[in-house]
Amino acid sequence: MSLVVDDLRAYYRTLAGDVRAVDGLSFTLADGEIMGLAGESGCGKSTLAKALIRLDTRMRYIGGHVVLDGVELPIWDDALMNERRFRDVSIVPQYAMSAMTPTRKIGRMIRELLESRGVDGHALEPELLRRLELVGLDPGVLSLYPIELSGGMKQRVVMVISTLLDPSLLIADEITSALDVSTQKAVAETLVEFRDRGFVKSVIVITHDLSILAQIADSILVMYAGKLVEKASTAEIVEEPLHPYSRLLISSLPEVGVRYDEHRLAGIPGRPPQLLDPPSGCRFRDRCPLATERCAKDPPFVRAGDDGRFVACWEAAC
Amino acid sequence: MTTAPVAGPADSAPSSVPETASQLTTTQETLYFALRNRKLVIGSAIVIALLAFAIVGPFIARHGPLDYTGHLSWAPTTKSGHWFGTTLLGQDVFAQFATGLRLAFLVGVVGGGIAATIAMLIGFTAGYRGGALDEFLNMITNIVLVIPTFALLLVIAAYLQVRSVMVEAILIGITSWPWAARAVRAQTFSLVSRDFVDMARLSGRSQMQIIFTEIAPNMSSYLFMMFILLFGGAVLIAATLDFIGLGPSGTISLGMMMQLSVQNAALQLHLWWWFLPPGIAIATLVGSLYVMNVGLDEVFNPKLREM
Amino acid sequence: MLSLRDVSKTYRVGAFGGGRLRAIDDVSFDVRPGEVVSLIGESGSGKTTIGRMILRLIPVSSGLIELDKTDISTLHGDDLTAYYRRVQGVFQDPFSSFNPIFKADRVFRMMKDTYYRGAPADEWRAKLEDALQAVALNPHDVLGKYPHQLSGGQLQRLLVARALLLEIEYLVADEIISMLDASTRIDVLNLLGELKQRGLGIVFITHDLSLGNYISDATVILRRGAIVEMGETEKVFGDPRHPYTRMLLAAVPQLHAKWASDDGGAAPLENGTPKPLVEVDAGHLAAI
Repeated sequence: MSLVVDDLRAYYRTLAGDVRAVDGLSFTLADGEIMGLAGESGCGKSTLAKALIRLDTRMRYIGGHVVLDGVELPIWDDALMNERRFRDVSIVPQYAMSAMTPTRKIGRMIRELLESRGVDGHALEPELLRRLELVGLDPGVLSLYPIELSGGMKQRVVMVISTLLDPSLLIADEITSALDVSTQKAVAETLVEFRDRGFVKSVIVITHDLSILAQIADSILVMYAGKLVEKASTAEIVEEPLHPYSRLLISSLPEVGVRYDEHRLAGIPGRPPQLLDPPSGCRFRDRCPLATERCAKDPPFVRAGDDGRFVACWEAAC
Repeated sequence: MTTAPVAGPADSAPSSVPETASQLTTTQETLYFALRNRKLVIGSAIVIALLAFAIVGPFIARHGPLDYTGHLSWAPTTKSGHWFGTTLLGQDVFAQFATGLRLAFLVGVVGGGIAATIAMLIGFTAGYRGGALDEFLNMITNIVLVIPTFALLLVIAAYLQVRSVMVEAILIGITSWPWAARAVRAQTFSLVSRDFVDMARLSGRSQMQIIFTEIAPNMSSYLFMMFILLFGGAVLIAATLDFIGLGPSGTISLGMMMQLSVQNAALQLHLWWWFLPPGIAIATLVGSLYVMNVGLDEVFNPKLREM
Repeated sequence: MLSLRDVSKTYRVGAFGGGRLRAIDDVSFDVRPGEVVSLIGESGSGKTTIGRMILRLIPVSSGLIELDKTDISTLHGDDLTAYYRRVQGVFQDPFSSFNPIFKADRVFRMMKDTYYRGAPADEWRAKLEDALQAVALNPHDVLGKYPHQLSGGQLQRLLVARALLLEIEYLVADEIISMLDASTRIDVLNLLGELKQRGLGIVFITHDLSLGNYISDATVILRRGAIVEMGETEKVFGDPRHPYTRMLLAAVPQLHAKWASDDGGAAPLENGTPKPLVEVDAGHLAAI
């Protein structure tokens, strides 16, 4: 197993109390697997990303273990985690393409970045050029300023930088959100290519767009209100989702070809619970059409069907 | 389905930090932080104390500020109510100090107020309208900015035979606004691009209405801080003008006290009670205002607060 | 009917304003009551600009926008206010559309001040509740709250309710659901569908083809400010003729079908002046 996450908890400390953004998450990721992390805003997927790499000072690590390639990741300690970041675990943060220093040429920015990590920029340059070419970027891009690049180009530059040291785990946080549909396809396919060429071993793709995941992910993990509700292979999630939330989510997506007059899609009424004081038991029960009294108790982690498929629901058909 | 109307994570575009489920209104939250900010509390306490002194002082002084009491160069004593001593010429320092402090606040309010008004007028218009009007107002701002204001004030003040505090305050007000106008313009620019301004237009609101009912209230903390800075700046400029002998005629101010004391060799004569109080007062007043401002910035800007 | 005829928008660019950027290039289309017209395009296509021109937020450089044969570019003052009684807009970012320091229902009060000055309180209250009902919002949940206490979906619905207070005939919906979660998107979209059936004409601006296909009767595909294809939605999506439309459709990620491994057989896209629109089928034009 490339990545094993066991009962991970990460909260945000606020004036009003602890916001339990990630509240006991467990899953595994195999070598070469691209796992999609899907969920709506506030479900904790970005928090999970930051917890795995320890990049947000407002977030408090509360408990749980993360083991990467058999070695535990010290996600509770800044200094120790600093060693592992970029080499073993790397992240393409949300809005990364807007976060490049506007007053530095790309090449210089990369060199400074590598120096700050104690890596010899010169030695890596041929590899850097090779990878830039691979993603369809002219090596001349290194002497441009970020403002001279389009959104898709910037995103690809950021992806190349993040994977320069061949990390075991890459976390891609909403890398396609702000892009046009044609660029989305290019960027998503680049991600798959990185995995195919071995630049990264495993990838966690965080997005709210399930249809992108349907294209590139091997498996999908659905989160809701800080908890895992379902994890299965992409085909299983898309074709026959078991958890009521996954089912409602899938059925609320309009495919090209579905028309309002013919087939009225339905959303999910209500809102996610606030994570300051989450409800007991299953957090989805207020909006769930299948909720029973039993759902006030914490739902189990039901292994359903094939290896690696999990559903957290009392009512899920086995 | 019971979804109680409680604030929760907003389902807007994916955001990195969940909203705090705070039930407090913005005002309550601001007050909460305001009362806990040491800089703000200490700074405003000092300013309020000085203001109280300025209001009450002239009433409890036993002598008029310009009266010649015949008690020359007395050190601070309780005799005859000369708590701050007397000057070389026999005037009561306490009375002068209290009057001077009053004038300082007056100049601050009037001078700062005028500057703030001009800055807002120009800043809002330039920021909201943009285009050629903005260019024109920018040009004016830059010209006033570049004029050696101090030299200008010197010339004007020296030219006028009789100078009142009001005139001094007005002069300061009409020359110290450029930086503030620039700041207001920049803030207005960023607010104008927000959709709620377009929404106001779609609701039939006129430009003036939008500036005063949508944009200015959004900047209220900023404008408040700006006024405090202009206030402090006016006090300082007035003190400097007074110190070089261009103070208002017929009365006494803190700067003038310092000028007279230096002129009459108070330093050499060790009449410390004559120049120290006004100097310390000016420094404390302006310094406290600036400290207040830093504190206010922390209160209004959630990112600067220590949690 | 709301109609655009050869509408163009040119911006001055460059250091001294010498250059010209043609952001919108001779766009013409109509919107009828009870019809949803989607303006679909990627970033830089000019779809938002068109929406803003219809709303009189930015001026037209050339061409004509008419509401029932009246040129709207000359409207001022009271005439403009009367125009806004018939045409309103909702924008993409719900949190930017509300002034954060005021309560959310202030937007209703602004409408009252302009359009219903003398209305008695209970009559206004009834009107408000009707509008909130129409957008499926519980008055108790949303009145008296600050924007940050409400969700994006609730805020967008409040904005639609605000528009409905006026008995508008046309609504410009500029990416109104792109910042909402998947589960709330559909509800707001279905709301638009209901309003369409009640006779509201909607200009639905989006970059998401599936949404456009779901809700609209007519579709206009924009590329770099010019229309490349337009017509009845079923025809444009079912039988795309322009290479750009084909490329867009091929790039849309679907749940139940993988991307085609080739480029969808599209001819390479040309740059330069766009071709004029020709009728390739009844009610279907393409710039080929």
